[in-house]
Amino acid sequence: ECFYAVFEEEIHQVILENQLFKPGERIAIGASGGKDSTVLAYVLSELNRRHNYGLDLFLLSVDEGITGYRDDSLETVKRNELQYGLPLKIVSYKDLYGWTMDEIVKMIGLKNNCTFCGVFRRQALDRGAALLKVDKVATGHNADDIAETVLLNILRGDIASFNSEFINIRFSLLLMLGCQNLNKFSTYAYFKKLDYFSTECIYSPNAYRGFAREFIKDLERIRPRAILDIIKSGEDFRISTTTKMPEQGTCERCGYISSQKWCKACVLLEGLNRGLPKLGIGRNQGLNSDGKKDRKRDSRTPSIESKQCGSLEF
Amino acid sequence: MACNSSTCNSSGCYKGYEEEEQPKPNTKAAVNGGNSCQNLCVKCKVNEPVCCGIGGENSRFCKDCFKNNLYGKFKQAVTYNAMITPPDKVLVAFSGGPSSRVVLQFVHEMQYKAQKNYDANKDKSLPVFGVGVAFIDESSTHSFTSQHIEKAIEDIRLIVSNLAPPSKELFVVPIESIFSSDGIDGKERLKELLDAVSDVTGKEDLLIHLRILLLQKIASENGYTRIVLGSCTSRIACHVISATVKGQGYSLSADIQYVDSRWEIPVVLPLRDCPAQELNTLCSLDGSLKVVELLNGPCSGINGLVSSFVKVLQEDNPSRECTIVRTAGKLTPFHFNRVPEIHDSNVPSATRRNQKRYTLKPNGSLSSDSFCPICNSPLKKSNFPSSLRSHGSQQNPDLFASACSSCQFQILPKDPSLMEEFLSLLPQQMITKAKHGDQGNFSLLR
Repeated sequence: ECFYAVFEEEIHQVILENQLFKPGERIAIGASGGKDSTVLAYVLSELNRRHNYGLDLFLLSVDEGITGYRDDSLETVKRNELQYGLPLKIVSYKDLYGWTMDEIVKMIGLKNNCTFCGVFRRQALDRGAALLKVDKVATGHNADDIAETVLLNILRGDIASFNSEFINIRFSLLLMLGCQNLNKFSTYAYFKKLDYFSTECIYSPNAYRGFAREFIKDLERIRPRAILDIIKSGEDFRISTTTKMPEQGTCERCGYISSQKWCKACVLLEGLNRGLPKLGIGRNQGLNSDGKKDRKRDSRTPSIESKQCGSLEF
Repeated sequence: MACNSSTCNSSGCYKGYEEEEQPKPNTKAAVNGGNSCQNLCVKCKVNEPVCCGIGGENSRFCKDCFKNNLYGKFKQAVTYNAMITPPDKVLVAFSGGPSSRVVLQFVHEMQYKAQKNYDANKDKSLPVFGVGVAFIDESSTHSFTSQHIEKAIEDIRLIVSNLAPPSKELFVVPIESIFSSDGIDGKERLKELLDAVSDVTGKEDLLIHLRILLLQKIASENGYTRIVLGSCTSRIACHVISATVKGQGYSLSADIQYVDSRWEIPVVLPLRDCPAQELNTLCSLDGSLKVVELLNGPCSGINGLVSSFVKVLQEDNPSRECTIVRTAGKLTPFHFNRVPEIHDSNVPSATRRNQKRYTLKPNGSLSSDSFCPICNSPLKKSNFPSSLRSHGSQQNPDLFASACSSCQFQILPKDPSLMEEFLSLLPQQMITKAKHGDQGNFSLLR
């Protein structure tokens, strides 16, 4: 009982200290059905009630189209909708982009599929949030996730991301629970007998993140506080703020926020649709001259890709 | 430069260089799928290749070109960063391992060429830089037999004496000499100090800090102006990860540059762009590069874990270490990551003008930086305790308050009552820094 109280109180303190919410705001909770987002949904609705935050809470779920994983976890989210009384919106890759992850994997194999999923999901969340007309999106990223991301950025050469990880750029994706360790989540969810789905994505064994995850698990055994130290290091990295920030513009194809002519999702989609799975992966990430040629031609792509984003507020 | 031949996976590459004694071009051709691109060194296209660089199939060199490639990286690092100039006396830190051996060899060759030029030159305007070698004997912290260590020292003496002309002074110094009192007292004190540190990683790191302090001491007492470390890309990659893991993200960029002038004697890293794998290959190819392996045993704790992690990543992708160092290289260095300006009028003005480009002004924004007395890492301003509470007296500086958070956690004793005793065990240099740290605090507040 004390554990629940402390856990909930810590989250409440984070919300207060960082002034994360204002009364009357509409908040979408990124809900996958897994333990982190389930705990987040439960605790947030509890605290909203208990401390009168005055928030309108919604569940926002992304259907990537992964059979044997997402279809099952979505059932869990639907149950959460009833259990917590939070309206649910599901956005699917099939509707937004015309492709499910299973179809994508069939086309490009198991090496770079996580790249596609990550890019698509970020945009999907934003679009879903726009449809719900919410002010903020809350995600259940925990400390382990963020530490993994810091390490991945170092390993793969992505210093520019450091700033955007910790500063809110677009829709304030809230790394609310970033102070909490993974273990606390599972413990909370387990003992509170919250309804959650505990299987990994079937494609995750091939993800590069696996290296970082493995390392962090070993690290935690020797020195548990190292996870928080990694996050602290990430925040402390001396990054020259002048050079790194890319300019914010809009994608010419779909109107989504983008620093290049086309947003990453459009680049990847173009690759899928043209049967060029490597487009957008690796060093030559732009469309270059090919892209220019394409834009002059009539677009063969279905209308969904050129759908405007609706009322997006940056 | 990832290995992009589909048949040559990274482990194949490793096997490639182990076969260097009997070059097997036929095997390589088979691996290549009978590639008609003939088996010649990619550089000179004349000789048969005997080894693989980090780039896999694309960097198969013959022995000479391989060595020249590495030497080239070394030379460029030295020249571009103005690491060594004529009036310098350079102390090479020698551990006996392959990186040490290579850096010593390269420094020697550079000196040798400079000497030849000097001898051939009529006007004798540019003197040749001096080179010394320092070996730190850490046997008191390990359980080596004295026989083992004596043999090792003998081998080292031989190596250094063979690297003449020009002759080089060798310093063999036991680690306990860091304390002003030598001999048995020193050994005891060192043992007590290390025992007082409960964290395994903290112990290892403290030893590293003591090592660098001792190198500073040797250099300073013997008139050396630079310390050369053989830190290679791989070691730096490991340091990037382990510093991140220990919460030292702020000071990380200070440790991984070519030049580190925080210290009284600037420390330079000319092998920063050379991967360990290539240095190992060079040592095995070249019989004269004898390596003195002192089996210190694997690092345990976090340092060991990070080492294995990076190794796993390397096996997955041979260019991973380079990527890590390149990424970390994008972090902003500190003002002391350049060589200090020369004020010596004996140095020809051309050299001084050259140096001006890369040097820091001595009156630069030094005063506002404070450093951890134990590991000498620059402290982020906000970490500094702003309260005016009892910061120790002159006799007992507040060690805890002036240390970085990593040292606070892994090195300093948890129990505050043990702090005073710990303070008494530390070498004088660290205590002096702690005192200055306090005073620095005052000057900011005035």
